[in-house]
Amino acid sequence: MGNQHPSFDARLAQATTKNSFSMIVATVNGSGSQTANLALMRSLFRMGIPTSGKNLFPSNIQGLPTWFIIRANEKGFTARKDQHDILIAMNQETIQEDIDGLPAGAVCFYADHLKMDAREDVVVYPIPVRDLLKTVKPPRSYRDYISNMAYVGVVAAMLGIPRAELHAALETHFQGRMKPVDMNMGMVDAAMAWTRENLEKQDDFVVQPMAHDEGRIMIDGNTAAALGSIFGGITFSGWYPITPASSLAEQLQYFLAEMRTDAETGKRTYAVVQAEDELSAVGMAIGAGWAGARSMTSTSGPGICLMSELVGLAYGAEIPVVIWDVQRMGPSTGLPTRTSQGDILFIRFLGHGDTNQVMLLPGSVKECFEFGWRAFDIAEQLQTPVFVLSDLDLGMNVWVTDDFEYPDEPIQRGKVLTVEELEKLETFGRYRDVDGDGIPYRTLPGTAHPQAGYFTRGTGHDEDAIYSEDPVEWERNMERLTRKYQHARKLVPAPMLEHEGDGARIGIVAYGSTDIALQETVVLLKEGGVEVDYLRLRAIPFSKDVTEFIQQHERTYVVEMNTDGQMRQLLQLEAPELATRLHAVCKNDGLPLAAAWIADYIMDAEGRG
Amino acid sequence: MMTEKAAIQKEQRSNVNELGLTKADYRGRPSTLCQGCGHNSIANQIINACYEASIPPEFLIKLSGIGCSSKSPAYFMSRSHGFNSLHGRMPPIATGALMANSDLKAIGVSGDGDTASIGIGHFIHLLRRNVPMVYIIENNGVYGLTKGQFSATADKGQVLKTGINPFMPVDLCLEALAANCGFIARSFAGDPKQVKELIKAALSYRGTAVLDIISPCVTFNNRDESTKSYTWGKTHEDPLHDVTWVPKREEISLHYKPGEVKDVEMHDGSCLRLKKLEQDYDPTNRSEAMRMLDKAYQEHILVTGLIYFSKAQPSLQETEQMISKPLVELDAHEVRPDRRAFNEMLANFR
Repeated sequence: MGNQHPSFDARLAQATTKNSFSMIVATVNGSGSQTANLALMRSLFRMGIPTSGKNLFPSNIQGLPTWFIIRANEKGFTARKDQHDILIAMNQETIQEDIDGLPAGAVCFYADHLKMDAREDVVVYPIPVRDLLKTVKPPRSYRDYISNMAYVGVVAAMLGIPRAELHAALETHFQGRMKPVDMNMGMVDAAMAWTRENLEKQDDFVVQPMAHDEGRIMIDGNTAAALGSIFGGITFSGWYPITPASSLAEQLQYFLAEMRTDAETGKRTYAVVQAEDELSAVGMAIGAGWAGARSMTSTSGPGICLMSELVGLAYGAEIPVVIWDVQRMGPSTGLPTRTSQGDILFIRFLGHGDTNQVMLLPGSVKECFEFGWRAFDIAEQLQTPVFVLSDLDLGMNVWVTDDFEYPDEPIQRGKVLTVEELEKLETFGRYRDVDGDGIPYRTLPGTAHPQAGYFTRGTGHDEDAIYSEDPVEWERNMERLTRKYQHARKLVPAPMLEHEGDGARIGIVAYGSTDIALQETVVLLKEGGVEVDYLRLRAIPFSKDVTEFIQQHERTYVVEMNTDGQMRQLLQLEAPELATRLHAVCKNDGLPLAAAWIADYIMDAEGRG
Repeated sequence: MMTEKAAIQKEQRSNVNELGLTKADYRGRPSTLCQGCGHNSIANQIINACYEASIPPEFLIKLSGIGCSSKSPAYFMSRSHGFNSLHGRMPPIATGALMANSDLKAIGVSGDGDTASIGIGHFIHLLRRNVPMVYIIENNGVYGLTKGQFSATADKGQVLKTGINPFMPVDLCLEALAANCGFIARSFAGDPKQVKELIKAALSYRGTAVLDIISPCVTFNNRDESTKSYTWGKTHEDPLHDVTWVPKREEISLHYKPGEVKDVEMHDGSCLRLKKLEQDYDPTNRSEAMRMLDKAYQEHILVTGLIYFSKAQPSLQETEQMISKPLVELDAHEVRPDRRAFNEMLANFR
């Protein structure tokens, strides 16, 4: 290129901050910036650089401010950071606030028609969006979408993201449809060329290829959950739209159509029904589970509120069903598009009377896939609802993960009696504890044996499922349910000791989407001279390892995204004699946890702040 | 008078249906409802209908919500799986079960509180989806199990212990018609033959078949002036036609002169033979059904018989393009895609 700034490539080669930044893109909701942001993120992923993308969006379709955060980190720490190194400012409404929030030494790219007061201590690059649009001339209806690619081009040139990676990323994004790829690349090319001709690189950030993309994929947790369910042999789902869970059911429908439709007849080996409300969604799932389907529903906290009545029925009548809760901020409508871990206590005891729910706690998109199939096995083995608690951050944001693994166990259907087995039995009692584990045997409707039928109800029943108000029968049944819950401890995923400090006397317990931040926290703490062991919970009820972990540490910090320290409360109930050893580390502002905040909190508490 | 045991033995000696089953094979547990309750009569007609139509008990599920009516599935067909669910929530439970296993037939028993109040939303959506099942409403205009409150089908001006009802009733047949239900019938528990024939026809229909059966509550709402009482029913019942269900296996006989009968063919080839009374009512005409129901509603007449019939709407399994094999019978390899599919799936996300 003849006119390019002579020092551009040389300066790029001199940059020393390699593959390590947090970038925030400020745009307006509904302006089509998702394609641009994912193109940037996917390019980094394809270059093998550990990366994450987080969408901070309003509960709105069009017009309100929205931010997308891309973090790249050589060491693989890709949790959200509280402060960002690079700002791409595309929204007049927030530009000043966004710039003022940058730390000294940060970089700001901005659409040059926006008004703002610049800062001396921030490197500022203009993006001539309108001039570039005049050059590129996209069709009028695509103007807004294409205009976003201007910042992609400028940022790519300035960071050294190769054109070929952007092209490949867009090809993946548009699933090989070349027309939109070419249209978007037209703007990328124009913006990259303009940058090299007109800007001088003044910052120190640069990207270089690594090998982190081999054996890895880029996916959101809701899609992972849907795929996990499919490889778990799902046959039925009832659902009702709700943020942030809708895409789970939508992805389920999309991939089921691909993988479970007969090529010749076009007939489906599944049914996904959009219900009239969440009561119906879970009601259908329970009806299907009762009849023998691998059955599920997916929702968020407000949906769980509506489902609680039917969940109590499924618990009492012992019907397998899988319920995904992609948690969002409550109480009430709360913050519909912000993340939280606020449903822990609510679900643990969901239902009136004595109810003990089984909960799986995936800590990554990979576990969303794994628990997706495992949840059906556990539900059918235990004959009870199994909740899987994801959250908005895990569910809706895009993560880089190791390849999923194909299920390593055959499908488990639990204690279901066939006609042949009924033949051998003298009597069949639906709620009889034959094996001493509290789990009875069941039959499915349509089992052609005169003894197969029984009457399912939420009301009191004896071992033969016959209506009973007998006090002894009632207590015996409740005791059996307690026994079953104790048995569940052995069936659910065990906790993982994620990090062992050097002679650590301090423990950290966490769960779910915060794992990515905790992985970084333990390193920050080590740098600050605090050695910790970190245990990640993966299910409720807890295994005995959890109590042992608390026992082994002088203090254990329970890190979670809710206000009341809900998991700490459960652990205190689990081990009341150790209650004072448990300390809550709670942050509940709607944003994914930042490692530095957790580390600072614990350092302070340990007197090292 | 014969003892119950002797009666059953007599029946066993003399009667078996096409499946070789006796009527005893269709019985349930003893009823715990009030003596004389219309619901008991309906439970008996369910037994008779299923026995006569040779429905295999193991392939029928019986479902209900909560209320007096919803207890009654325990009182028929003990060999069938039953599900006494939650107040108003039977439609979603039934939907899931029938999607999971399309080989099953289903009889849902609900009441006016269960269907017209707490469960009206689910009821409408069940009909909208056309889930294949028999949906019986044992309609008595009163909450019996909670001892005598007004239900949403109570007559305006009706007097109960709690006062005078100020609201117009919900007409569940009109609601069903508005929701595009293709099998809508009304009957009266005091007319067992009609109840039985309609149940048999409903079992042959592939879609939701609604039977709104006026079933007087002898304890809380059997005052003569109530449209849900025996007295009112017996004096105000106005049958549209005589109904007889003719199984597919019986050749269409010519007992009636052409013009006197109308055969309505069900999905399985059986038919409901409607023998004209004095009216000239066509149950396949939706706007006529609407007009007739509205007129009866205004005039407080208990019109019984097949009110509306149509096979136009596909069942939910058809809409969802499901395979004919029940989903619950699929083998593991049919529901878990193989490793090749797994690897192809991963390639989407590189």
